[in-house]
Amino acid sequence: MEKAGLIERRGAAISSNGRGRKVYELTSAGQERVTEWLAEVSWPKPDLAEFHLKLTAAAGAGLADPVGIIDGQRRELLRRLRDVQRAAMAEPDHSDAGLLLEGIVLRLQADLRWLEACEANWTDRRRIS
Amino acid sequence: MSHAENTTVLRTRGLRKEYGSEEGLVRAVNGVDLDVARGETLAVMGPSGCGKSTLLHLLGGLDQPSGGELWMDGHRLDQMGEKEFARLRRTAVGFVFQAFHLMDELTAQENVELPALLAGGSPSAARRRASELLGQFGLADRASHLPSALSRGQRQRVAIARALANEPLVVFADEPTGNLDSAATLEVLRLFDDLHSAGQTFVIVTHDERIAATADRLLTMRDGAFVDETRLTGGTTGHLGALIGLEG
Repeated sequence: MEKAGLIERRGAAISSNGRGRKVYELTSAGQERVTEWLAEVSWPKPDLAEFHLKLTAAAGAGLADPVGIIDGQRRELLRRLRDVQRAAMAEPDHSDAGLLLEGIVLRLQADLRWLEACEANWTDRRRIS
Repeated sequence: MSHAENTTVLRTRGLRKEYGSEEGLVRAVNGVDLDVARGETLAVMGPSGCGKSTLLHLLGGLDQPSGGELWMDGHRLDQMGEKEFARLRRTAVGFVFQAFHLMDELTAQENVELPALLAGGSPSAARRRASELLGQFGLADRASHLPSALSRGQRQRVAIARALANEPLVVFADEPTGNLDSAATLEVLRLFDDLHSAGQTFVIVTHDERIAATADRLLTMRDGAFVDETRLTGGTTGHLGALIGLEG
Protein backbone atom coordinates (compact mmCIF):
# COMPACT_ATOMS: atom_id res chain seq x y z
CA MET A 1 0.00 0.00 0.00
CA GLU A 2 2.93 2.26 0.74
CA LYS A 3 4.40 1.45 -2.69
CA ALA A 4 1.07 2.24 -4.30
CA GLY A 5 1.12 5.63 -2.59
CA LEU A 6 -2.04 4.97 -0.59
CA ILE A 7 -0.43 5.24 2.86
CA GLU A 8 2.66 6.91 4.30
CA ARG A 9 4.72 6.48 7.45
CA ARG A 10 3.81 8.98 10.13
CA GLY A 11 6.05 7.85 12.98
CA ALA A 12 6.44 5.13 15.56
CA ALA A 13 4.61 4.14 18.71
CA ILE A 14 4.91 1.62 21.48
CA SER A 15 2.12 -0.94 21.44
CA SER A 16 0.56 -2.42 24.56
CA ASN A 17 2.92 -5.42 24.56
CA GLY A 18 5.90 -3.07 24.84
CA ARG A 19 7.19 -3.57 21.31
CA GLY A 20 7.67 -0.71 18.89
CA ARG A 21 5.37 -0.46 15.86
CA LYS A 22 5.22 1.70 12.80
CA VAL A 23 2.31 4.13 12.37
CA TYR A 24 0.94 4.87 8.91
CA GLU A 25 -1.73 7.22 7.70
CA LEU A 26 -3.76 7.47 4.51
CA THR A 27 -2.42 9.75 1.79
CA SER A 28 -4.95 11.84 -0.14
CA ALA A 29 -4.83 9.18 -2.88
CA GLY A 30 -5.48 6.61 -0.18
CA GLN A 31 -8.42 8.60 1.17
CA GLU A 32 -9.85 8.79 -2.32
CA ARG A 33 -9.47 5.04 -2.87
CA VAL A 34 -11.19 4.25 0.44
CA THR A 35 -14.08 6.60 -0.35
CA GLU A 36 -14.42 4.94 -3.75
CA TRP A 37 -14.37 1.48 -2.16
CA LEU A 38 -17.05 2.46 0.37
CA ALA A 39 -19.38 3.58 -2.42
CA GLU A 40 -18.74 0.70 -4.85
CA VAL A 41 -21.71 -1.48 -5.77
CA SER A 42 -20.71 -5.09 -6.34
CA TRP A 43 -24.01 -6.21 -7.86
CA PRO A 44 -24.76 -8.76 -9.47
CA LYS A 45 -22.31 -10.63 -7.23
CA PRO A 46 -22.86 -8.91 -3.91
CA ASP A 47 -20.39 -9.74 -1.19
CA LEU A 48 -22.29 -9.43 2.07
CA ALA A 49 -19.22 -9.81 4.27
CA GLU A 50 -17.37 -7.10 2.35
CA PHE A 51 -20.34 -4.76 2.58
CA HIS A 52 -20.59 -5.35 6.32
CA LEU A 53 -16.85 -4.64 6.59
CA LYS A 54 -17.35 -1.34 4.76
CA LEU A 55 -20.00 -0.24 7.24
CA THR A 56 -17.90 -1.26 10.22
CA ALA A 57 -14.75 0.37 8.80
CA ALA A 58 -16.59 3.56 7.86
CA ALA A 59 -18.11 3.88 11.34
CA GLY A 60 -15.00 2.78 13.24
CA ALA A 61 -12.60 5.13 11.47
CA GLY A 62 -15.16 7.91 11.09
CA LEU A 63 -14.67 7.84 7.29
CA ALA A 64 -18.35 8.05 6.36
CA ASP A 65 -21.83 7.66 7.79
CA PRO A 66 -22.80 3.96 7.45
CA VAL A 67 -26.44 4.92 6.90
CA GLY A 68 -25.30 7.21 4.07
CA ILE A 69 -23.41 4.32 2.46
CA ILE A 70 -26.50 2.10 2.77
CA ASP A 71 -28.68 4.82 1.19
CA GLY A 72 -26.26 5.15 -1.72
CA GLN A 73 -26.30 1.40 -2.34
CA ARG A 74 -30.07 1.33 -2.02
CA ARG A 75 -30.52 4.09 -4.59
CA GLU A 76 -28.27 2.27 -7.04
CA LEU A 77 -30.08 -1.06 -6.61
CA LEU A 78 -33.47 0.68 -6.93
CA ARG A 79 -32.29 2.28 -10.18
CA ARG A 80 -31.33 -1.17 -11.47
CA LEU A 81 -34.60 -2.67 -10.26
CA ARG A 82 -36.47 0.07 -12.09
CA ASP A 83 -34.71 -0.77 -15.35
CA VAL A 84 -35.26 -4.52 -14.96
CA GLN A 85 -38.88 -4.11 -13.83
CA ARG A 86 -39.64 -1.87 -16.82
CA ALA A 87 -38.08 -4.44 -19.15
CA ALA A 88 -40.15 -7.20 -17.46
CA MET A 89 -43.35 -5.17 -17.85
CA ALA A 90 -42.67 -4.87 -21.59
CA GLU A 91 -42.31 -8.65 -22.03
CA PRO A 92 -45.29 -10.78 -23.10
CA ASP A 93 -46.46 -13.37 -20.53
CA HIS A 94 -44.46 -16.63 -20.37
CA SER A 95 -41.50 -15.31 -22.41
CA ASP A 96 -37.99 -16.64 -21.73
CA ALA A 97 -36.64 -13.14 -21.23
CA GLY A 98 -39.50 -12.40 -18.84
CA LEU A 99 -38.56 -15.40 -16.70
CA LEU A 100 -34.89 -14.34 -16.58
CA LEU A 101 -35.89 -10.80 -15.68
CA GLU A 102 -38.12 -12.10 -12.90
CA GLY A 103 -35.08 -13.86 -11.44
CA ILE A 104 -33.14 -10.59 -11.45
CA VAL A 105 -36.09 -8.74 -9.89
CA LEU A 106 -36.28 -11.28 -7.06
CA ARG A 107 -32.51 -11.09 -6.41
CA LEU A 108 -32.56 -7.30 -6.35
CA GLN A 109 -35.51 -7.39 -3.96
CA ALA A 110 -33.59 -9.72 -1.65
CA ASP A 111 -30.56 -7.41 -1.70
CA LEU A 112 -32.74 -4.36 -1.03
CA ARG A 113 -34.27 -6.14 1.99
CA TRP A 114 -30.81 -6.91 3.36
CA LEU A 115 -29.95 -3.20 2.98
CA GLU A 116 -33.15 -2.38 4.87
CA ALA A 117 -32.03 -4.69 7.69
CA CYS A 118 -28.59 -3.01 7.68
CA GLU A 119 -30.19 0.42 7.85
CA ALA A 120 -32.47 -0.52 10.76
CA ASN A 121 -29.49 -1.99 12.61
CA TRP A 122 -27.19 1.02 12.10
CA THR A 123 -29.95 3.52 12.83
CA ASP A 124 -30.57 1.75 16.16
CA ARG A 125 -26.84 1.69 16.98
CA ARG A 126 -26.65 5.42 16.33
CA ARG A 127 -29.66 6.02 18.57
CA ILE A 128 -28.14 4.00 21.43
CA SER A 129 -24.65 5.57 21.26
CA MET B 1 -52.13 31.27 -8.06
CA SER B 2 -48.65 30.30 -9.15
CA HIS B 3 -47.87 27.47 -11.54
CA ALA B 4 -46.51 25.35 -8.68
CA GLU B 5 -49.79 25.66 -6.78
CA ASN B 6 -51.74 24.67 -9.86
CA THR B 7 -49.89 21.41 -10.23
CA THR B 8 -49.91 20.45 -6.53
CA VAL B 9 -52.93 18.26 -5.97
CA LEU B 10 -52.18 17.22 -2.41
CA ARG B 11 -50.33 19.20 0.24
CA THR B 12 -49.69 18.78 3.95
CA ARG B 13 -47.90 21.00 6.44
CA GLY B 14 -46.96 19.69 9.87
CA LEU B 15 -49.56 16.93 9.59
CA ARG B 16 -49.91 14.97 12.83
CA LYS B 17 -51.86 12.02 14.18
CA GLU B 18 -51.56 10.98 17.79
CA TYR B 19 -53.14 8.15 19.74
CA GLY B 20 -53.41 7.74 23.49
CA SER B 21 -52.34 10.39 25.97
CA GLU B 22 -49.47 11.48 28.21
CA GLU B 23 -47.00 8.63 28.75
CA GLY B 24 -48.91 6.31 26.43
CA LEU B 25 -48.92 8.90 23.63
CA VAL B 26 -48.08 7.43 20.22
CA ARG B 27 -47.09 9.89 17.50
CA ALA B 28 -48.13 7.79 14.50
CA VAL B 29 -47.65 10.70 12.08
CA ASN B 30 -45.29 13.29 13.45
CA GLY B 31 -45.20 16.52 11.46
CA VAL B 32 -45.29 15.53 7.80
CA ASP B 33 -44.77 18.11 5.02
CA LEU B 34 -45.70 16.71 1.64
CA ASP B 35 -46.47 18.02 -1.85
CA VAL B 36 -47.82 15.65 -4.46
CA ALA B 37 -47.88 16.93 -8.03
CA ARG B 38 -50.74 16.18 -10.39
CA GLY B 39 -49.93 13.05 -12.38
CA GLU B 40 -47.22 11.95 -9.99
CA THR B 41 -46.81 8.41 -8.66
CA LEU B 42 -45.50 8.60 -5.13
CA ALA B 43 -44.46 5.52 -3.18
CA VAL B 44 -44.05 5.52 0.61
CA MET B 45 -42.00 2.74 2.18
CA GLY B 46 -40.92 2.05 5.73
CA PRO B 47 -40.93 -0.64 8.40
CA SER B 48 -44.20 -1.91 9.88
CA GLY B 49 -45.56 0.55 12.40
CA CYS B 50 -43.69 3.56 10.92
CA GLY B 51 -47.02 5.35 10.37
CA LYS B 52 -47.31 5.00 6.60
CA SER B 53 -50.80 3.45 6.60
CA THR B 54 -52.02 6.05 9.10
CA LEU B 55 -50.62 8.76 6.81
CA LEU B 56 -52.47 7.27 3.84
CA HIS B 57 -55.72 7.23 5.81
CA LEU B 58 -55.24 10.89 6.75
CA LEU B 59 -54.44 11.91 3.18
CA GLY B 60 -57.48 10.08 1.83
CA GLY B 61 -59.84 11.44 4.49
CA LEU B 62 -60.51 8.06 6.13
CA ASP B 63 -59.20 9.43 9.42
CA GLN B 64 -59.00 12.90 11.02
CA PRO B 65 -55.59 14.45 11.77
CA SER B 66 -54.70 15.62 15.31
CA GLY B 67 -53.02 18.72 13.90
CA GLY B 68 -51.42 20.37 10.90
CA GLU B 69 -52.82 21.31 7.50
CA LEU B 70 -54.15 19.07 4.75
CA TRP B 71 -54.97 20.53 1.35
CA MET B 72 -56.46 18.74 -1.65
CA ASP B 73 -56.77 20.58 -4.95
CA GLY B 74 -56.72 23.92 -3.12
CA HIS B 75 -59.37 22.94 -0.51
CA ARG B 76 -58.35 22.74 3.12
CA LEU B 77 -59.66 19.37 4.29
CA ASP B 78 -58.77 19.55 7.97
CA GLN B 79 -61.14 22.49 8.49
CA MET B 80 -63.95 21.22 6.31
CA GLY B 81 -67.43 20.43 7.66
CA GLU B 82 -68.45 16.78 7.96
CA LYS B 83 -70.92 16.91 5.05
CA GLU B 84 -68.63 18.65 2.59
CA PHE B 85 -65.81 16.36 3.65
CA ALA B 86 -67.88 13.23 3.00
CA ARG B 87 -68.85 14.50 -0.45
CA LEU B 88 -65.25 15.22 -1.37
CA ARG B 89 -64.20 11.79 -0.12
CA ARG B 90 -66.81 10.10 -2.30
CA THR B 91 -65.73 11.84 -5.49
CA ALA B 92 -62.13 13.08 -5.19
CA VAL B 93 -60.37 9.99 -3.89
CA GLY B 94 -60.23 6.32 -4.79
CA PHE B 95 -58.87 3.57 -2.55
CA VAL B 96 -57.18 0.27 -3.34
CA PHE B 97 -56.49 -2.13 -0.46
CA GLN B 98 -54.32 -5.18 0.04
CA ALA B 99 -57.33 -7.40 0.77
CA PHE B 100 -59.34 -5.97 -2.19
CA HIS B 101 -62.45 -5.30 -0.03
CA LEU B 102 -64.90 -6.13 -2.81
CA MET B 103 -68.49 -6.85 -1.88
CA ASP B 104 -68.86 -10.63 -2.14
CA GLU B 105 -72.58 -10.52 -3.01
CA LEU B 106 -72.10 -8.20 -5.97
CA THR B 107 -70.73 -9.00 -9.42
CA ALA B 108 -67.54 -7.37 -10.69
CA GLN B 109 -69.68 -4.94 -12.71
CA GLU B 110 -71.85 -4.02 -9.69
CA ASN B 111 -68.80 -3.52 -7.49
CA VAL B 112 -67.39 -1.03 -9.98
CA GLU B 113 -70.77 0.74 -10.36
CA LEU B 114 -71.16 1.22 -6.62
CA PRO B 115 -69.04 4.38 -6.02
CA ALA B 116 -70.85 6.32 -8.77
CA LEU B 117 -74.25 5.30 -7.36
CA LEU B 118 -73.19 6.27 -3.81
CA ALA B 119 -72.07 9.66 -5.14
CA GLY B 120 -75.55 10.18 -6.60
CA GLY B 121 -74.78 9.38 -10.25
CA SER B 122 -77.41 7.95 -12.58
CA PRO B 123 -77.54 4.13 -12.85
CA SER B 124 -77.05 4.24 -16.62
CA ALA B 125 -73.96 6.47 -16.36
CA ALA B 126 -72.57 4.21 -13.60
CA ARG B 127 -73.15 1.15 -15.80
CA ARG B 128 -71.47 2.77 -18.78
CA ARG B 129 -68.42 3.84 -16.79
CA ALA B 130 -68.05 0.41 -15.14
CA SER B 131 -68.24 -1.40 -18.47
CA GLU B 132 -65.70 0.97 -19.96
CA LEU B 133 -63.24 0.41 -17.08
CA LEU B 134 -63.66 -3.37 -17.02
CA GLY B 135 -63.12 -3.44 -20.78
CA GLN B 136 -60.01 -1.30 -20.48
CA PHE B 137 -58.65 -3.63 -17.77
CA GLY B 138 -59.21 -6.79 -19.82
CA LEU B 139 -62.09 -7.94 -17.62
CA ALA B 140 -65.07 -7.51 -19.96
CA ASP B 141 -65.75 -11.25 -19.95
CA ARG B 142 -65.62 -11.33 -16.13
CA ALA B 143 -68.14 -8.53 -15.56
CA SER B 144 -70.96 -10.81 -14.39
CA HIS B 145 -68.73 -12.95 -12.13
CA LEU B 146 -68.83 -12.76 -8.35
CA PRO B 147 -65.44 -11.97 -6.72
CA SER B 148 -65.21 -15.58 -5.46
CA ALA B 149 -65.08 -16.76 -9.10
CA LEU B 150 -62.13 -14.47 -9.91
CA SER B 151 -58.38 -14.91 -9.37
CA ARG B 152 -56.65 -12.63 -6.87
CA GLY B 153 -55.10 -10.62 -9.70
CA GLN B 154 -58.51 -10.18 -11.34
CA ARG B 155 -60.08 -9.18 -8.01
CA GLN B 156 -57.44 -6.51 -7.52
CA ARG B 157 -58.01 -5.21 -11.06
CA VAL B 158 -61.74 -4.96 -10.30
CA ALA B 159 -60.87 -3.08 -7.10
CA ILE B 160 -58.68 -0.67 -9.10
CA ALA B 161 -61.53 -0.16 -11.58
CA ARG B 162 -63.81 0.62 -8.63
CA ALA B 163 -61.29 3.14 -7.29
CA LEU B 164 -61.36 4.92 -10.66
CA ALA B 165 -65.16 4.91 -11.06
CA ASN B 166 -65.60 8.56 -10.08
CA GLU B 167 -62.47 9.76 -11.88
CA PRO B 168 -60.76 10.67 -8.60
CA LEU B 169 -58.05 13.30 -8.26
CA VAL B 170 -55.89 10.86 -6.36
CA VAL B 171 -55.86 7.08 -6.03
CA PHE B 172 -54.55 5.90 -2.65
CA ALA B 173 -53.28 2.34 -2.52
CA ASP B 174 -52.33 0.45 0.64
CA GLU B 175 -50.09 -2.55 -0.16
CA PRO B 176 -51.91 -3.18 -3.49
CA THR B 177 -49.64 -6.13 -4.40
CA GLY B 178 -49.35 -7.54 -0.86
CA ASN B 179 -51.69 -10.44 -1.63
CA LEU B 180 -50.57 -11.15 -5.19
CA ASP B 181 -48.16 -13.57 -6.84
CA SER B 182 -45.48 -12.46 -9.28
CA ALA B 183 -47.61 -12.62 -12.44
CA ALA B 184 -50.55 -10.77 -10.86
CA THR B 185 -48.17 -8.15 -9.43
CA LEU B 186 -46.84 -7.57 -12.94
CA GLU B 187 -50.42 -7.06 -14.20
CA VAL B 188 -51.09 -4.47 -11.49
CA LEU B 189 -47.79 -2.69 -12.21
CA ARG B 190 -48.64 -2.54 -15.92
CA LEU B 191 -52.09 -1.19 -15.11
CA PHE B 192 -50.71 1.50 -12.77
CA ASP B 193 -48.18 2.41 -15.43
CA ASP B 194 -50.88 2.83 -18.10
CA LEU B 195 -52.99 4.96 -15.73
CA HIS B 196 -49.90 6.98 -14.78
CA SER B 197 -49.24 7.65 -18.48
CA ALA B 198 -52.84 8.86 -18.78
CA GLY B 199 -52.16 11.38 -16.00
CA GLN B 200 -53.59 9.67 -12.90
CA THR B 201 -52.07 10.69 -9.54
CA PHE B 202 -51.15 7.86 -7.15
CA VAL B 203 -50.01 7.68 -3.55
CA ILE B 204 -48.97 4.11 -2.78
CA VAL B 205 -47.90 2.73 0.58
CA THR B 206 -45.95 -0.47 0.07
CA HIS B 207 -43.37 -2.99 1.20
CA ASP B 208 -42.92 -4.05 -2.42
CA GLU B 209 -39.65 -2.76 -3.89
CA ARG B 210 -41.04 -3.35 -7.41
CA ILE B 211 -43.66 -0.64 -6.91
CA ALA B 212 -41.15 1.64 -5.20
CA ALA B 213 -38.70 1.25 -8.08
CA THR B 214 -41.26 2.13 -10.73
CA ALA B 215 -42.70 5.19 -8.91
CA ASP B 216 -41.61 8.74 -9.80
CA ARG B 217 -40.60 9.39 -6.22
CA LEU B 218 -39.95 7.24 -3.20
CA LEU B 219 -40.27 8.50 0.36
CA THR B 220 -38.96 6.45 3.26
CA MET B 221 -40.80 6.83 6.54
CA ARG B 222 -39.57 6.03 10.02
CA ASP B 223 -41.19 6.79 13.39
CA GLY B 224 -43.94 8.91 11.82
CA ALA B 225 -41.72 11.13 9.67
CA PHE B 226 -39.96 11.06 6.29
CA VAL B 227 -36.26 10.26 6.54
CA ASP B 228 -35.27 9.87 2.90
CA GLU B 229 -36.43 10.95 -0.53
CA THR B 230 -35.36 9.28 -3.77
CA ARG B 231 -36.21 10.37 -7.28
CA LEU B 232 -35.67 7.56 -9.73
CA THR B 233 -35.15 8.85 -13.22
CA GLY B 234 -35.83 6.37 -15.94
CA GLY B 235 -34.67 6.00 -19.50
CA THR B 236 -31.49 4.02 -18.86
CA THR B 237 -32.94 0.64 -19.76
CA GLY B 238 -30.21 -1.44 -21.39
CA HIS B 239 -30.52 -4.68 -23.31
CA LEU B 240 -31.13 -7.98 -21.57
CA GLY B 241 -27.47 -8.99 -21.22
CA ALA B 242 -26.65 -5.82 -19.30
CA LEU B 243 -29.78 -6.08 -17.16
CA ILE B 244 -29.09 -9.63 -15.99
CA GLY B 245 -25.44 -8.84 -15.31
CA LEU B 246 -23.75 -10.78 -18.11
CA GLU B 247 -21.81 -7.69 -19.04
CA GLY B 248 -21.27 -4.10 -18.04
